[in-house]
Amino acid sequence: MNEQTDYRDPEEEALALAQAERLAKAWKTPKGWRYWSAVNNTEVGLWYTGVSFIFFLFAGVLALLIRAQLAVPENDLLSAETYNQVFTLHGSVMMFLFGVPMFEAFSILILPQMLGARDLPFPRLSAYGFWCFLIGGVFVSGSIFFGAAPQGGWFMYPPLSTSYSEGLGPDIWLLGLSFIEVSSLAAAVELIVGVLKTRPPGMRINLMPLYSWYILVVAGMILFAFPPLIAGDLLFEMERAFDWPFFDVSRGGDPLLWQHLFWIFGHPEVYIIFLPAVALVATIVPTAARRPIVGYSWIVLAAVGTGFISFGLWVHHMFTTGMPAVSLAFFSAASEAVAIPTGVQIFCFLATALAGRFVKSVPMLFVSGALAIFVLGGLTGVMVAIAPFDFQAHDTYFIVAHLHYVLIGGMLFPVIAGIYYFFPLITSKKLSDKLGKIGFWLMFIGFNVAFLPMHFTGLLGMPRRVYTYSADSGFGLLNMVSSIGAFVLAAGVAVLVWDVLRPKGKQPTCERNPWGAGTLEWLVEMPGRAWGVRSIPIIRSRYPLWDQPNLMRDVDAGRFYLPDAQEGKRETLISTIIDADPIQCLRVPGPTFKALWAAIFTGGLFIFATYKLYWLAIASGTLALITILIWLWRDTAIIPAKQTKDIGLGVTLPIYASGAKSVGWWAMFITMIGNMSAFNSLVFGYFFFWTVHDDFPPDNTPDLGFWPVAALVAILLSWALTLWARRLNNLDHASGYYAALGLGALLTVAGAYALWAGPHFAGMDPTSNVYPATVWVLVLWCLIHLGIGLIMQLYCLARRAAGRMTATHDIDIRNVALYWHFMAITLATTVAVIAGFPEVA
Amino acid sequence: MTWREKDRWQRLFSTGAALSILLFSTGCERRQSALHPASVNAERIADLFWWMVGGGLIIWAVVMAIAFFATRAHPEAHGVRSARWLILGGGVAFPVVVLTGLLIYGLMLMPQLSSTADIDLEIDVAGEQWWWRVTYQTAAGEPVELANEIRLPVGQRALFRLTSPDVIHSFWIPPLGGKVDMIPGRTNTLVLEPTQTGTFRGACAEYCGSSHALMKFEVMVMEPDAFADWLNRQAQPAQPPQSESARQGQTAFLANGCGACHTVRGTEANGTLGPDLTHVGSRLSLGAGILPVDPEAFTRWIGHTGAIKPDVKMPSFGMLPEDQLPAMAQYLSELQ
Repeated sequence: MNEQTDYRDPEEEALALAQAERLAKAWKTPKGWRYWSAVNNTEVGLWYTGVSFIFFLFAGVLALLIRAQLAVPENDLLSAETYNQVFTLHGSVMMFLFGVPMFEAFSILILPQMLGARDLPFPRLSAYGFWCFLIGGVFVSGSIFFGAAPQGGWFMYPPLSTSYSEGLGPDIWLLGLSFIEVSSLAAAVELIVGVLKTRPPGMRINLMPLYSWYILVVAGMILFAFPPLIAGDLLFEMERAFDWPFFDVSRGGDPLLWQHLFWIFGHPEVYIIFLPAVALVATIVPTAARRPIVGYSWIVLAAVGTGFISFGLWVHHMFTTGMPAVSLAFFSAASEAVAIPTGVQIFCFLATALAGRFVKSVPMLFVSGALAIFVLGGLTGVMVAIAPFDFQAHDTYFIVAHLHYVLIGGMLFPVIAGIYYFFPLITSKKLSDKLGKIGFWLMFIGFNVAFLPMHFTGLLGMPRRVYTYSADSGFGLLNMVSSIGAFVLAAGVAVLVWDVLRPKGKQPTCERNPWGAGTLEWLVEMPGRAWGVRSIPIIRSRYPLWDQPNLMRDVDAGRFYLPDAQEGKRETLISTIIDADPIQCLRVPGPTFKALWAAIFTGGLFIFATYKLYWLAIASGTLALITILIWLWRDTAIIPAKQTKDIGLGVTLPIYASGAKSVGWWAMFITMIGNMSAFNSLVFGYFFFWTVHDDFPPDNTPDLGFWPVAALVAILLSWALTLWARRLNNLDHASGYYAALGLGALLTVAGAYALWAGPHFAGMDPTSNVYPATVWVLVLWCLIHLGIGLIMQLYCLARRAAGRMTATHDIDIRNVALYWHFMAITLATTVAVIAGFPEVA
Repeated sequence: MTWREKDRWQRLFSTGAALSILLFSTGCERRQSALHPASVNAERIADLFWWMVGGGLIIWAVVMAIAFFATRAHPEAHGVRSARWLILGGGVAFPVVVLTGLLIYGLMLMPQLSSTADIDLEIDVAGEQWWWRVTYQTAAGEPVELANEIRLPVGQRALFRLTSPDVIHSFWIPPLGGKVDMIPGRTNTLVLEPTQTGTFRGACAEYCGSSHALMKFEVMVMEPDAFADWLNRQAQPAQPPQSESARQGQTAFLANGCGACHTVRGTEANGTLGPDLTHVGSRLSLGAGILPVDPEAFTRWIGHTGAIKPDVKMPSFGMLPEDQLPAMAQYLSELQ
């Protein structure tokens, strides 16, 4: 608490100090080795950001190796094999271990501050996601030290990476990164629920900081973009490990299916990386201009529009695959169209700078640099969106130049601006202005020297991903220039790293709100406190620190909501989605090692599977499941001792909420949307084969008999019984509840058996042709999900039996019923596709 | 603007903009350059590029000028109304107009680029790890197979049918036009119409494994008569070895089993796994565009295949008796 806080009277002061003590105790960060059991967003967010930045430095070193190799023609510094591993990992690490996680990490770190919340709704999920990320990232990156790294490029095109790659490289890529994608999805769920449900009272959705809008858009995009890749990874790994021929032309497969799935993920991915950086710019520019953003609604619409359009562009990565002209035209137009919302956002920032009294700062220096670089990258993007030009530019150094202009201008520079801007918020110390300027100019000049010439290197004929080039090609001089630039850029990054790491013990603690910003995160005290905000304020403006007089004083004095932790529990407010009316006082869990253990065992599942140690993988997966079940059993849906709580200012809120009022229900809903989008990608695969083959399903397709219909009937009944059980539970009809849910569980088993029996007894061999493989992969998907659905049903039976669920405290069965809605859709679709479609095709 | 005027402007523009490139440019460099077009399609695309570069630079400069004005030159507050007009004009109206125009132009260009009408010549090219199997369809009927080299008659339209038996490759001759992927299970087509004679270089543009960097080929655009002569010679069976050394070389070539993978028409060597060597001595390069064609290069290639081209399927024959390598090299060089 701040010494200057002026209290109305000594009585208020005494109360406030006692409250602060209790709050501090409840939010205390564990010490010693137990520090690593912390789950609070300030700890997990910081680790996450730090690790993600370390992966950036690692991938940067790989980039320097690339530039060293290409500095002179016919260089033998790296062998072809090593070089190919290096460029594959450079791309994969930058995209999967830095680009996306950096945004999620940073958002976990600062989103609660921006919303005046004490924590995100699922701290242990964030911690689990972080540990998964760390384990998966180290596993994938570490492979290069054993010469076992993937070398198929970050896009892993089959058949090069399926039938023409020996060793474990592609498996490490597929399983390691799938594992990380799971953690990305976990963070996306966390952030969406965080933005929608943990806003402070009064912060209606149109008063949200722009940063939260971007988080919402980007996390939503992750939900639809990552699952197609996970589905693709599943197909890919089934081909590599079990010879299911999805991409093998000799058995009806098609390598282009992977390209579609990869780029349906891969193009939105670029915007998933870019938009959060725009979010940082949208946060920094109004502060620098000393005025609210001009065109708030324009920016929100443009961000949402960019998100939508970005899903309609993926084919521009495939312009040279021999597509029909009409596809080229459509995707060319869509690729041009995305430039418009992007332009709107940039001009909103320019307009804000114009309308405000602009103040120079190091963060703004990086923002300006970002603008100069990104606009050029955007313009070359418009060029390559014109298909005829792309025929020349595609897969050359022109594209290397373009994408680095987009990503370094559109992501790295804004992130560094964000580091300079938010550093005091995290550490209470400012970074050096002098080092910031030196670092900026080294990076800016180095970057342009490195990448500007590459536009020409590419058009002079140098393809991408070549480990060498001949002396007579004439690329030598341009490449040498690029390599020199790359090392200058690296020197700039080194200055930044030094500025961040240099000891700052003697440096005075920064004053509060050092940039004079208007948004809520700058309520933070210097040095910061684990509780985040002293009390959760009522918000009436987009820039409350500018517009709401005495806000900081009243917050500090504990005059708003939740100033106390009487029961010693960690608590934060849950509010309605649109109007942010407070509806629940949520108890969030404290430190635990369970998330770490669950991540270790989940990691074991993926890592053992990579080495084809399937029994160990299954054992590790079972341990992960048990750990997660213990975690759920002990720490979630806890029935509180008292039902309501006075949160201050005369408001009393329930502590327990279930159904659509609860955060858990929303998390389940959002997770299942992502899950459906993976399932839809598998169905897309089925119909993709139908469009490319004349005989799909083949004429000699065996009849699956009555089995699929039997499966569907059993599962729909199980679904109905689960819903009925939910109702019986509310009626407190215990025996009816057990009977309905127990019968439902039996029907789930019967349905799963029937679904498996269809293709099994019809003798469909998934390795023989792509058709049976496609049928089997849909069946496999359903079986896995039925297994999860069964565990959920049994879990709910046990919860009620153990007295952890009652007629009124029914979070578990409500969430499970929600899961089963999606299960019913999945099953109905699968049966319609595998049994119905062959009849009509 | 009349055509002539447009032409002049274009030339002026291209020349001016190309100056920066020429600073780095040498004669060799143009052989693989999309900025030194030598065909109808490549010229259209290069023109499109230079126009887009010009327009792009202007737009970039204007955006930077606005930013400079707002943050440095006049950082004081300006009216919100003018700021809103900036969003509407710069962020919406201007891009909509420019992008629509550009898109329409790009779309109009596509049918011209992909038209397969009026074909004079058909060539099948298969990309294989890491070389090119080239088959000319001749009027006489018998296809003529060669490798890693394409010759075209100037002013005629050649249709390429592009396939791959292994992984995805991409067929690209920058001075003659855009690239097209070679995808297992599919046949893609590409039409090129060279407008200048000369030697050019093509390369694989899609990453295809260890030696992707070493998968190139030579392209020669010739006068139609010279081309006809050349194709006619390529259609002939191999000529018997002339020198004594070459005769020994042929014996060694056959004895060491080279014929299991390579064909030399007119001999018992009839393998089809590797490149056809019937006229390998007449080619412009060896090892898919990476070595010159002379006895010395042949010796190096046969003796150190894997070291020159990582992971190549052909084993190195460095273990052969010392005199055999030069003899084989001599034999192969004489396969004119």
